[in-house]
Amino acid sequence: MRQQQFEAQHGALWEEFAQLVAAAEKREKSPQLERLPELYRRVCSHYALARHRHYSTGLLERLHALVLLGHRVLYRQKSVWLWRIVVFFWAGFPSTLRRHRGVFWLASGLFWLPALAMGLACYFDGDFLHTVLDAPSVTRMEYMYDPSNPMVGRAENRESATDFAMLGYYIWNNVGIGFRTFASGMLFGLGTVFVLLFNGTVIGGVAGHLTQLGFTQTFWPFVSGHSAFELTAICISGTAGLLLAQALLAPGQQRRVDALQGAAKEAVKLMIGAAALLILAAFIEAFWSSTRSVAPVVKYGVGAALWVFLSLYLGLAGRRRGN
Amino acid sequence: MERIDTVHTFETPEGVDLALHVAGPVPRALAFVLDALLRYGALLALAIVLLPLGGLGVGVLLILTFLAEWLYPVLFEVTRGQTPGKKAMGLTVVHQNGTPVTWPSSLIRNLLRVVDFLPLFYGLGAISMLVDHRFRRLGDLAAGTLVVHAPAERVAAALPDRPPLAPPVPLGLEEMRAIIDFAERADLAPERRAELAGLLTHKQGEAAVEEMLGYASWLGRGQ
Repeated sequence: MRQQQFEAQHGALWEEFAQLVAAAEKREKSPQLERLPELYRRVCSHYALARHRHYSTGLLERLHALVLLGHRVLYRQKSVWLWRIVVFFWAGFPSTLRRHRGVFWLASGLFWLPALAMGLACYFDGDFLHTVLDAPSVTRMEYMYDPSNPMVGRAENRESATDFAMLGYYIWNNVGIGFRTFASGMLFGLGTVFVLLFNGTVIGGVAGHLTQLGFTQTFWPFVSGHSAFELTAICISGTAGLLLAQALLAPGQQRRVDALQGAAKEAVKLMIGAAALLILAAFIEAFWSSTRSVAPVVKYGVGAALWVFLSLYLGLAGRRRGN
Repeated sequence: MERIDTVHTFETPEGVDLALHVAGPVPRALAFVLDALLRYGALLALAIVLLPLGGLGVGVLLILTFLAEWLYPVLFEVTRGQTPGKKAMGLTVVHQNGTPVTWPSSLIRNLLRVVDFLPLFYGLGAISMLVDHRFRRLGDLAAGTLVVHAPAERVAAALPDRPPLAPPVPLGLEEMRAIIDFAERADLAPERRAELAGLLTHKQGEAAVEEMLGYASWLGRGQ
């Protein structure tokens, strides 16, 4: 068939298809749209025919553009987003974490073991914290939790900051740290392992150091509230980073890039969950941890309750029957 | 040609091949600079308004900074397919199979931006883009995404109506197509058309073009 006959025969169909695709792209609703899949298949076959018969580049480009548009619209992923968010936090996030529990325990070990060791070392030796932090940082930490500081947990230049300003700071800083912990897993895991070890060492060291100084009435009530969400979220970010590293180092019977793409799909679920936990922790830290009117016993109680709640949520939520 | 070309082809479930034109480092870097100017300009303007409001303003500004640093590209890529900077450069982010980018894949490629940025100004990202034949940076590799040139809107002119003229020699398929393409290209300058037509015919100027259009007419719609 000559190109001109071909164009005359199917031109109207292509016009109609172009209009329907434009309508579908704008998410308009019309009964006409039901014809879209059928028209799409016909345009696909016209494109294949046109290529086979070596019609002109101009016609091929026109049909190619039509097929490309149709492909975009028809294979677009539908999103029932609100429902999907609920399902994700109810089941998807905790069950994804449990699927990778081995990696999670590894990341947690990389964080908690140096924290414990450094905490004990700093508790028994008042100068040991200086091995990881420089003198100004140590002084700042001591100042923040000194019982004579009117705003516990705030550094010297941040005393005047309101709770809301601190909320912004915690979100910007802590969620950023979580994201970097994950992303640096791309460096064959070196970045993630370093961030976990470093944060464990510093956090454990500061805790031991301040306990040894006797600041227990200020430090522990302050951190107990948000500790569960914040520390666990950092370990989960580490898990996500280690998943990337695992795919790069031991891809199994896949190409590295395929293993990486599979691992990233799992890891990003963990990161969405971790970011949500870090934002929750930021709210707790800004508005609850900083209050001085609440008795330490109550703060310890709330802190412990949150640890129990988080463990139950991550450990049990979203199980299916018989699994 | 295939080896040095920047065209990524994939097959749809209907069994036809589609082609995407992958974008290289230069337009992408320009798009990034535009986006950076846009978001930090907006943050600066917001800072002037928000900072005098005290604690609440500082808190809101820091949260907006967080969103601008991490989620600005995600938000635009998922809802529009392109950030404003990419739009200015005519770029779109798609999956390897040509479908629009989704939340998870856009998050992956933008969170991993930090690693691409190392050690300085997208050092690793640039190396990855130069090594990979589809210009993917590390974030694109992990997310399975491509940055492609948005298809240009080119309307082919209809074949000009001329009395058919049989070519003096038998032509191969590629040659026939080249002649029809020549006739359909209305965007060439008249002088260039005359020059090209002069190479193939024994005539000069407008007469040569007319002869070529006659061949095209003969090939396109029959003797």
